[in-house]
Amino acid sequence: MKIRVTVNGEVQEADVAPRTLLVHWLREDLALTGTHIGCETSLCGACTVHVDGRAVKSCTMFAVQADGRSVKTIEAMGEHGALHPLQTGFWEEHGLQCGYCTPGMIMSAAQLLAENASPTDEQIRHAIEGNICRCTGYQQIVNAIQHAAKLTRERGGRA
Amino acid sequence: MAVKPVHVGQRIKRREDPRLIRGLATYTDDLKLHGMLHAAFVRSPYAAGRIGKLDVQRALAMPGVVGVFSFDELRGKVGPAPCTAVMPGMQHVPYPLLADGRVLYVGQPVAVVVAKDRYQARDAALEVEIEIEDRPAVVELEAALEPGAPRVYDELPSNVCWHQPPAADAKLDQLFASAHGTVSLRLVNQRVAPLSMEGRAILAHWEEGPQKLTLWSSTQTPHGAKQQVAMCLGIPELRIRVIAPEVGGGFGCKIPTYAEECLLPWLSRRLRKPVKWAETRTENLLATTHGRGHVEYIDAAYREDGKVLALRGKTIADVGAFASMLGAAIPTFTHLLACGPYGIQAVSWEIVDVYTNTMATEAYRGAGRPEAAYIVERVMDEVARRLGLDRVEVRRRNLLAKDVFPYTTPTGAVYDSGNYQAALAKALERFDWTKALAERDRRRAAGELVGLGVATFTEICGLGPSTGASPLDRRGTWESAELRVEPTGAVTVMTGVSPHGQGQETAFAQMVADAFGIGLDDVTVVHGDTDVVTHGVGTFGSRGLVVGGTAVHMAIGKIVAKAKKIAAHKFKADPERIDFSDGFFTQQGAEWRLSWTDVAMAAHLWNEPVPGEEPGLEAVARFEPTGTTFPFGVHFCQVSVDRDTGELALERFLSVDDVGTVVNPLLADGQRLGGIVQGLGQAWCEEVRYDENGQLITATLMDYVMPRASMFPRFELDMTCTPSPLNPLGAKGIGELGTIGATPCLVSAALDALAPLGVTHLDMPLKSERLWRAIRDAGSAR
Repeated sequence: MKIRVTVNGEVQEADVAPRTLLVHWLREDLALTGTHIGCETSLCGACTVHVDGRAVKSCTMFAVQADGRSVKTIEAMGEHGALHPLQTGFWEEHGLQCGYCTPGMIMSAAQLLAENASPTDEQIRHAIEGNICRCTGYQQIVNAIQHAAKLTRERGGRA
Repeated sequence: MAVKPVHVGQRIKRREDPRLIRGLATYTDDLKLHGMLHAAFVRSPYAAGRIGKLDVQRALAMPGVVGVFSFDELRGKVGPAPCTAVMPGMQHVPYPLLADGRVLYVGQPVAVVVAKDRYQARDAALEVEIEIEDRPAVVELEAALEPGAPRVYDELPSNVCWHQPPAADAKLDQLFASAHGTVSLRLVNQRVAPLSMEGRAILAHWEEGPQKLTLWSSTQTPHGAKQQVAMCLGIPELRIRVIAPEVGGGFGCKIPTYAEECLLPWLSRRLRKPVKWAETRTENLLATTHGRGHVEYIDAAYREDGKVLALRGKTIADVGAFASMLGAAIPTFTHLLACGPYGIQAVSWEIVDVYTNTMATEAYRGAGRPEAAYIVERVMDEVARRLGLDRVEVRRRNLLAKDVFPYTTPTGAVYDSGNYQAALAKALERFDWTKALAERDRRRAAGELVGLGVATFTEICGLGPSTGASPLDRRGTWESAELRVEPTGAVTVMTGVSPHGQGQETAFAQMVADAFGIGLDDVTVVHGDTDVVTHGVGTFGSRGLVVGGTAVHMAIGKIVAKAKKIAAHKFKADPERIDFSDGFFTQQGAEWRLSWTDVAMAAHLWNEPVPGEEPGLEAVARFEPTGTTFPFGVHFCQVSVDRDTGELALERFLSVDDVGTVVNPLLADGQRLGGIVQGLGQAWCEEVRYDENGQLITATLMDYVMPRASMFPRFELDMTCTPSPLNPLGAKGIGELGTIGATPCLVSAALDALAPLGVTHLDMPLKSERLWRAIRDAGSAR
């Protein structure tokens, strides 16, 4: 099936098999391998991307369902070579170890911060409940997201 | 070498992170080679049985399929899957790369399909027809030992894989005979899944021209994989390059070299194409090694004052359907660490390794030591309960005094150093245990179920020396480091450890930058490529800094020694009288000084040759530990339990740990926090479960319950520092602490919470249903 999807700001036209998962299309055909696959059942969140600005688990969405929509992946976080506040937060606060869950974690956190500029620790923990991390014990991830929230507020709300 | 530490000891953010946070890191499944094929495995749907028919014709006819292979194609051409821990007297049955006539567990690879893309391979795998005459499966650990139980292997007399009988010990018998009382417990240390977020992934590329295999694998031990694949396939090791690219977690399950890791190179050689496989999460839960899986019987003799005198233990360990790389040896660590941080005088331990029709067990973060800590901590709590003593007080009375080190336990472990009382005192103060007890009692009086938990523990890290090394492993307990200095003074570190989140690219850079007075940007740390780092052992057992870091330290020393000679030659001085600090070479009483970069340049220009020396500045070192380090700690926590639902809430958790010298406190916090949550995961929610037919019922993350962010409060961390005398860094190892202390600590708290109801025993995991039943049963017993 022919699809037309805006991926990280660029229009992509492709002919994909109807059963191709969005995550496979992004990774295999567009070489956007920053989005990872952790469970294929939308339970771990490693594959989280944004579709029309909403965090979506790309392992349980078909590429054809993205037709006509806009997809953003970890590779497009941050502008003009600068890190996104969440990327800065994860780096500064040691919010990652093996890094496998990190892109999905950042994409989920981005949605939270878009909706809530000053989340409590509890709200952060709730927001990333759909993202599993085996390495960090989550505390430094919470710190990372708080760090990013503060940075964003200091910049007048611009990510 | 007097060096002012600029980087060591600082909370320096990781040098690994820029690629990881931007999605620019390369994990194995991110790789794509020209002509690359994809493998999919056909796995056994039955736990036990004989393979009747195996028909691949329909699969072969599917679109994109290049080949379908079963054991028939492998017979006589390849060895069995690697297993290095084959103990004397072990009933070891070699495990074939694909099922050979019989299946042993659900998920065992029976055939492999290779196709042009991943979807085609998986489609075709569904078309492989297998008929299996199934037979009763051996699932329950203790039932497997009963007379007349079905057997995993017909050719063996029983399901016993290995037996360590208890040693006769007159002192032990006497201590039991004279004891004030004895405690007898049956403890279940349930089977759990390591569950690295990245599953196993392999890309094998045999190049016919250079006759060379490149194997990318998500492994903790690339050098081990190189040796094991060489032995299994009969390919000379010189023709094998193993690369562990970015690795998404390991926790022990990526120590072994798996059947699939041997099979993909074979397929690539056979098909003359690169072949890739990345497991699905269900495959990961089915066929990547599990951890724990013990049932323990323990008798403890104690005095009236709460002092525990002697332990008589029996570990029944579930090896699974075959002995994985180290799997059968893991329970020996439980025995070795049975005394914990306590002055227990005599121990006897029986070990029964048991085959069952389940996936093999293997090292999992802590590997045998969490089981030991769980046992001895449950004993301490039970002794306190029997005697009506405070649980902390019982531990205080049992802890070894700080002046006994080095201390040899009755089990033969030599504890290098320790100051357990200091850690306990700090924890008591930080947690305010007395106040917490009062608060607990106040809430209890108001009708709440509230409990406090405690665990004091020690553990074994950076294993050594190599005296027990297995020739099947072709390597000991040492670690390697190679340092190469550029003409500019920049340094490349090649380490034999294979970090996958631990942060040694940063920690080792901190050490090297300080040693030579250079910046972190002037250091690069390379790992995980056997053609670049020619020898190494890997990352497991909390050895990265302790053993690998010490090798780096030794290589630094060699380089400084040669650099001093170069500096001395330039100024006609005696190398013995040269000082090197903060990046400058100086001579006492002399005016001259020479910078590190000047010496590095001189070493390469060699226009003023130093007699007796070769040009260049590089060094190789291997550190062989003379002994094993024993970090320790104290964990306290507070929980409440919902009386109506049985739901546990973790309200507070304090961890006071002593890991000796810390190179980077930020990374140390990360290791501890991650370990604690993993340890709490076992205590609270994680469990691999098979049904009576050996079907895995926890085969997705819907059923295998992982710890999630919302379950936890903010952890409180503190430290004491007792440097290890066994390495020049004073480091003790940190990776596994959390999984050792946190697990018994949470159970201790849950038992305390339900104590007012008369509950005296709980098994893990502490799911709501289990606690609810305990509350209900306690109510109906009244």
